[in-house]
Amino acid sequence: MKRGIEVSIAASEAAKLARVEAIAAYPITPQTHIVEHLSELVANGELDAVYVTVESEHSALSACIGASAAGARTFTSTSAQGLELMHEILFIASGLRLPIVMAVANRALSSPLSIWNDHSDVMATRDAGWIQLFCENGQEVVDTIIMAFKIAEDRRVLLPVMVNLDGFQLSHVVEPIEFPSQEEVDAFLPEYKPLYTLHPDRPVTMGAYATPELYTEAKYAQEQAIINSLPVIKEVLSEYSRMFGRRYRIIEIYNAEKSDTVFVAMGSINENIMTAIDGMKKNKKSCGLVKIRLFRPFPHSELAEILKSKKNIIVVDRAMPGGSMNGPVFNEISSLCNRYNIKAKLFNYIVGLGGRDVLPEDFVSIYDEVKSSKVVRPLKGKKEATTQNYKVIGVRE
Amino acid sequence: MAKPMEEYKWHELNVGCVIEEVGSSREYKTGGWRSLRPVWDESKCIKCGVCWLFCPDAAIYQKEDGYFTANLNYCKGCGICAHECWPMAIKMVEDEK
Repeated sequence: MKRGIEVSIAASEAAKLARVEAIAAYPITPQTHIVEHLSELVANGELDAVYVTVESEHSALSACIGASAAGARTFTSTSAQGLELMHEILFIASGLRLPIVMAVANRALSSPLSIWNDHSDVMATRDAGWIQLFCENGQEVVDTIIMAFKIAEDRRVLLPVMVNLDGFQLSHVVEPIEFPSQEEVDAFLPEYKPLYTLHPDRPVTMGAYATPELYTEAKYAQEQAIINSLPVIKEVLSEYSRMFGRRYRIIEIYNAEKSDTVFVAMGSINENIMTAIDGMKKNKKSCGLVKIRLFRPFPHSELAEILKSKKNIIVVDRAMPGGSMNGPVFNEISSLCNRYNIKAKLFNYIVGLGGRDVLPEDFVSIYDEVKSSKVVRPLKGKKEATTQNYKVIGVRE
Repeated sequence: MAKPMEEYKWHELNVGCVIEEVGSSREYKTGGWRSLRPVWDESKCIKCGVCWLFCPDAAIYQKEDGYFTANLNYCKGCGICAHECWPMAIKMVEDEK
């Protein structure tokens, strides 16, 4: 049965269904409702977990590392500046191979200060060695959090997982969401059995120093772990789909098989792109969408399989390149097209920064622009001196 | 460690580089970092043990005669002992090998 529920509250209910044992978090808009609700659940005795109140996000993730190292199923949540304050600790969590799950309510980074949604926070942490999943709607948030624990804790993986949900666009909307029962989740997600734990009776060292003779091997081993997590992630997604009847795949396509022009995007904006595609169909315009649900590890061969026959690939980025040639998602797609010898024309559009609305019409305009001869590759700015390889939608010039 | 660090292959490391062996840091001889080494003038030393107390690497030990000296396998030559020694019995000298 579906329940109308705010997605943030649903995210904390999902963590409860996963029977988290330790939570350390610091409130930050637009993630606040997630941690507030979890603290209520613990305070009311509805969730048997340790809730550590901390003075910052740096401490929150540090406390999570301690809890996870001691063998507890650990959850946290943050947003924007909070995620950046955790930055150095992110690498420690992945290096120590601790299966922490974190929900990130994606928000633009200051400055200028913005509490609204884009992907600049998560993109700044994309190479931290965490598995990164993106959600399109509230149902996906609930399901993905439950799946995230199973992925993270698998002995073949043992890596932290970030579950991304768009701030406000997802975190603060009320949606009809179907919750699995506790029995069903228990059957899907067994008790966490850590490989190593900090325990006085069986002393081990975690986070030791690695000399130049060992550091390369240590990081290589970690990289193999995230690369090899891909088949496990697929396996967990299929198992969840079988058990709960909602199909999950690392990449989702919409009308993409029939179209030679496709958008590639992540997160809640996919729903607007699908609306645009449906509208265009009526006008005999064929366009598809490739949704990246799993961003790290980057599923390049799976994407190549879908993109190999396309003529135009329009990559939607939700963060400024910060001096790079293109947005972060485009760079990945461009790199895979090079490796798999895909000759499609590539276009990069940056949209929806700091909560700027992006409407289905905007995607129709992008499609029209790509299809017309007006845009050449690379996209050019108005002045020759400021040649850009991307276009920012809606910027007033 | 079971073998020298430079012989480990990536797949031979524990997950997360966890070390199961207790006290393995003893095998890492930090003395190689040193450029200066402490030398005690036992005519000035009053056996108070301030050097022993302050040594951040626990590299100083008391000999049977009650005077102190440094274990050069671990002494990094930081000079804290010489700085703290109030009878000024410790001098840092060039560590010529």
